[in-house]
Amino acid sequence: MACMLEAPLRISVLSEVTATSRHYVDRLFDPDPQKVLQGVIDMKNAVIGNNKQKANLIVLGAVPRLLYLLQQPTSSLELRTECAVVLGSLAMGTENNIKSLVDCHIIPALLQGLLCQDLKFIEACLRCLRTVFISPVTPVQLLFTDPTVIPHLMSLLSRSQRTQEYITQIFSHCCKTPEHQMILYNHGAIQNIAPLLMSPSYKVQMQALKCFSVLAYENTQVSMTLVNVLVDGELLTQVFVKMMQRDRPIEMQLTAAKCLTYMCRAGAIRTDDTCIIMKTLPCLVRMCSKERLLEERVEGAETLAYLMEPDVELQRIASITDHLVAMLADYFKYPSSVSAIADIKRLDHDLKHAHELRQAAFKLYASLGANDEDIRKKITETENMMDRIVSGLSESSIKVRLAAVRCLHSLSRSVQQLRTSFHDHAVWKPLMKLLQNAPDEVLVMASSTLCNLLLEFSPSKEPILESGVVELLCSLTQSDSPALRVNGIWALMNMAFQADQKVKVEIVRALGTEQLFRLLSDPDANVLMKTLGLLRNLLSTRPHIDQIMSSHGKQIMQAVTLILEGEHGIEVKEQTLCILGNIADGHTAKELIMTNDDMLQKIKSYMGHSNVKLQLAATFCVSNLIWNEEDGSQERQDKLREMGFVDILHKLTQASDPNLCDRAKTAMQQYLA
Amino acid sequence: SLLSAPIRAAHHVLTTNKRPPPAPAAKASTAMSGQSSGCGFLTSVVVHGDSALSEQEKELGRRLRRLYPAVDERETPLPRSWSPKDKFSYIGLSQNNLRVHYKGHGKTPKDAASVRATHPIPAACGVYYFEVKIVSKGRDGYMGIGLSAQGVNMNRLPGWDKHSYGYHGDDGHSFCSSGTGQPYGPTFTTGDVIGCCVNLINNTCFYTKNGHSLGIAFTDLPPNLYPTVGLQTPGEVVDANFGQHPFVFDIEDYMREWRTKIQAQIISRGQGLKVGNNSSPFSPDRMVASYLVHHGYCATAEAFARSTDQAVHEELASIKNRQKIQKLVLSGRMGEAIETTQQLYPTLLERNPNLLFMLKVRQFIEMVNGTDSEVRCLGGRSPKSQDSYPGSPNPSPSHSASIHSLASPAKPSGSHSYLPGFDSSCSNGVAPGRPHPSAHCPKQLPSTPSNAELNTINSVRSQQANACTSGDIDMEVDHYSNGVSGSSSNGFLNGSSKHDIELEDCDADMDPALPRRQLCGGSQAAIERMIHFGRELQSMSEHLRRECGKNAANKKMLKDAFSLLAYSDPWSSPVGYQLDSIQREPVCSTLNSAILETHNLPKQPPLALAVGQASQCLSVMARSGIGSCAFASVDDYLH
Repeated sequence: MACMLEAPLRISVLSEVTATSRHYVDRLFDPDPQKVLQGVIDMKNAVIGNNKQKANLIVLGAVPRLLYLLQQPTSSLELRTECAVVLGSLAMGTENNIKSLVDCHIIPALLQGLLCQDLKFIEACLRCLRTVFISPVTPVQLLFTDPTVIPHLMSLLSRSQRTQEYITQIFSHCCKTPEHQMILYNHGAIQNIAPLLMSPSYKVQMQALKCFSVLAYENTQVSMTLVNVLVDGELLTQVFVKMMQRDRPIEMQLTAAKCLTYMCRAGAIRTDDTCIIMKTLPCLVRMCSKERLLEERVEGAETLAYLMEPDVELQRIASITDHLVAMLADYFKYPSSVSAIADIKRLDHDLKHAHELRQAAFKLYASLGANDEDIRKKITETENMMDRIVSGLSESSIKVRLAAVRCLHSLSRSVQQLRTSFHDHAVWKPLMKLLQNAPDEVLVMASSTLCNLLLEFSPSKEPILESGVVELLCSLTQSDSPALRVNGIWALMNMAFQADQKVKVEIVRALGTEQLFRLLSDPDANVLMKTLGLLRNLLSTRPHIDQIMSSHGKQIMQAVTLILEGEHGIEVKEQTLCILGNIADGHTAKELIMTNDDMLQKIKSYMGHSNVKLQLAATFCVSNLIWNEEDGSQERQDKLREMGFVDILHKLTQASDPNLCDRAKTAMQQYLA
Repeated sequence: SLLSAPIRAAHHVLTTNKRPPPAPAAKASTAMSGQSSGCGFLTSVVVHGDSALSEQEKELGRRLRRLYPAVDERETPLPRSWSPKDKFSYIGLSQNNLRVHYKGHGKTPKDAASVRATHPIPAACGVYYFEVKIVSKGRDGYMGIGLSAQGVNMNRLPGWDKHSYGYHGDDGHSFCSSGTGQPYGPTFTTGDVIGCCVNLINNTCFYTKNGHSLGIAFTDLPPNLYPTVGLQTPGEVVDANFGQHPFVFDIEDYMREWRTKIQAQIISRGQGLKVGNNSSPFSPDRMVASYLVHHGYCATAEAFARSTDQAVHEELASIKNRQKIQKLVLSGRMGEAIETTQQLYPTLLERNPNLLFMLKVRQFIEMVNGTDSEVRCLGGRSPKSQDSYPGSPNPSPSHSASIHSLASPAKPSGSHSYLPGFDSSCSNGVAPGRPHPSAHCPKQLPSTPSNAELNTINSVRSQQANACTSGDIDMEVDHYSNGVSGSSSNGFLNGSSKHDIELEDCDADMDPALPRRQLCGGSQAAIERMIHFGRELQSMSEHLRRECGKNAANKKMLKDAFSLLAYSDPWSSPVGYQLDSIQREPVCSTLNSAILETHNLPKQPPLALAVGQASQCLSVMARSGIGSCAFASVDDYLH
């Protein structure tokens, strides 16, 4: 669309830079200030609503001259004001206009203009600044480069309803990062903006409300402050609750619900607070209803998804509220078949929002089904749900793909769904395709879902294995993103659980011992844990243990030593001792331990560790080493007795922990037999 | 903004007049021995004398009135409890007929049992809501909550039969006149509170569970459904809340949404009106203009006519004349008002002896008050009440009465044939009987006419209208005028002009220290004059009766006026309301209408007519089951 419009404009500018356009610009250079003023006023009238004229004037260099006149101290206040008005009008045009204005350094010039005392001039400057800043092409950082700007804008809030509207609108559009939030917060944004919620002007109220939503988003400090703010003797949360009343404008209800959602997610309001359960949640569900505009439905669904993501009780309530699960199915019906024939405009509108609707619905389904098995069942039983997810996984829009895979991931936490609908719809196929070539955020979700599909009870496990997934997962373990490394190794771990020898060999081959040991020294504890888990799964049943240890025994023992000596958490050490226990179960493999006195000393010391879990794992290892019915058990028993293990075992039979006590007794029995 | 001032005054009277107890409550209020709560429908409960209970009932009454202000409970009572008569035998009721328990065998679905509420849901609720708390799920938890029409078999759970609808606890299914349910919502059990909301605007129903809306359950509901619950196994117990306690679900928020919707619809329809042409008398511009002319706001009327390119239908001079008369009436100077009327409209009072009689009675009252010119010059002084019409050069008359007479029948009467807005003098005729907002004990106030009375008046009036020899079939013919030209009443008025002249002298030597509110202003001469005038009035009344036959309204008017003399302090007497300056308004309005009629102008401004018609429309809507009338109160627009 933009190209189509731009091309003819350029031509017209080049071919007939009309005399009139040039005339307007020329008049700005008249030596008589009165004529300049009249020229600016005429220019103002000429550009209103005329994009072509605006483009012409910009090409002809009107902007620098207008800015010069605006900044010139000798210019009359009236002239400076009119200049700001014309610039504001030019900014109302296309995005290219905004770009040209920003390139001419309009922002510092207008910000400078705000230091003037005259209210009309200030308002004109603010109006223009507002229009420039709300454009997506303007870098928001420009608002924060000069540290005096924000405090000055705060001080201008008291000047008039217009300054209030423009300034709050600038704030809500430019506050994009936690740093921005803190700058505004530290300059008293909350105290200055809170009274505006009671403004008689709806526009001011709305912009102030929007400010609070961007300030509170993922910001605990701001949110904690907000819950204690009083406006006209009323708590801010109650003001927001009133703004969600069903007779208020939809925009206001939705934005107030967003504020409360963000405050809740930032930890300032409990999820079981009445204002969340009885007001915010139902308000957001209403925003998803068919009666709302498509934009509102998208925003409502996304906000609701965000609100209940971490809380199963909210998910349960939402799942029964106003048939939300069924209501969301409607999000997939755009553009509808009727809209195509009936109304081209409608079709265009529907098409534009179709992707947004679908991704919002997937997100909300993902949130709804995050924890509760019954809700997941309800979702998968929704008409064509699995088909929709499957086709969503291969949509062109990356947002939709991401949301679809999030939804699939959420549902994949259900054992029942993995066994039934996931298999029936062969979701692994599009999922595998998605994994081939996708940005990291999609990969994280997709691989995480794959982890669940590779669980041993999942019927999809076999076909996935046959599709050559091992290489793919191994490559994930080499990713820079810890989340991807975790998912890669996690999936391999699941795959190795009770797997055939063939699969295990394939994993070891594809991953390579080098990579395996690199992962064992991974800075991310999760990666380390899952790698150990993989090792433990690889080293299960006796023949597998002996086979792997015969080829990789040396490195594995080294790695185990390293971890046991290193600074790691209890879980990591426990897992490592369990691996050692598995090794001790092998026929030949146990010799790797028995011949390693250093390792035996370590095991001994862990038997006397203060943590019962580690004592248990170490004792388990010892009991495997001295197990009676195996060849050479006598020698091993003797060796360990010499090293003082029996005394320790004896002590452990008196342990207060019943498990440890039992384990130690079992081990002692090996000696008695 | 041109309109706002006069209409606000009207609105004030409207709202104050809503306060007195509804007529049929008479029995109840005596039973309540002095409690003036006005809740006549509570009789049976209040008689028990349980104060906690009556407190709960009062609370119920308050909440129901707030939730359903458009419901006229004398016509369509709201459900307040389960009906002990409309239930299956396996149902037991307790706790004031709010608790339901199952007392059958509960072996098979054949043992199911239901109970209906005492009344169906009135359409004028707009949105209706009740809640049921599951006290115990009993053996199997087969509770069903819903709606059913009168006559539906009670040996069943709600939803199983035609015109029956239910939501069942055991499976969470909804049953829409069918033995098989549809998956609808979650199951419910002991401790849950289930709400049922009927939207009478779009005829849908949704349920709530513990305050969370579950979404639409039924559409296309028939009218006149009763709240219904059904139980099926032993031990099942549920409690109903028809408004006795605050609801768990925020139903008022839902109602707000629908009120806004309906009002937005009204406004969007109204915009279509504005573009219409100005030829109809009901086009907004002409309605405003005629209203201004009617009430004599001549400068405003002129300005408005100019700005909207309309012709003013009446000579400005005539407006000014009417204004002058109105001013006199409203300041209590009845004698002068009558005289001025006779000068400016010589035949008017001759042709309207009943009107003249009414004016004279008012003059008598003003004499008692000490405000009438004839007594004021006799040493009386103007009592304080006159201050409500301060002597500004152009007092804006308060025209409450005209609109009141239109709107009031729509509220309390409910009489079908009575069309308001077509006869203001009729309403004025009964005006003294209307309860008045000033501090009088309701017992001593004559109650508003019942439907029957109004119908009688109505039929009498139409007969009289038919008896008119003029051949004029206009229904607006004043029923007091009977087609008889009464004798001239000049005789009563002699010398009044002289008093007029003396007026200024009297004012000069008034003593500000005199105690307020003395009969005829405290002057002996004035009292004598008043008594003399009273005798003249008496003979005029007798004369009128001979000429025109008996007239109950006239008789009562005179009796009430004379009753003032029976009290040492008439102002604080039970008939003292007559002395209130607000009582001048109906007189003023009747006279104004009569003058306009002689000029072939409508005696009701079309605006007032439209307001009355709108009010009447709403009550017709309520009776026809159109729920949106709940959110379209005419009062909301008279601000």
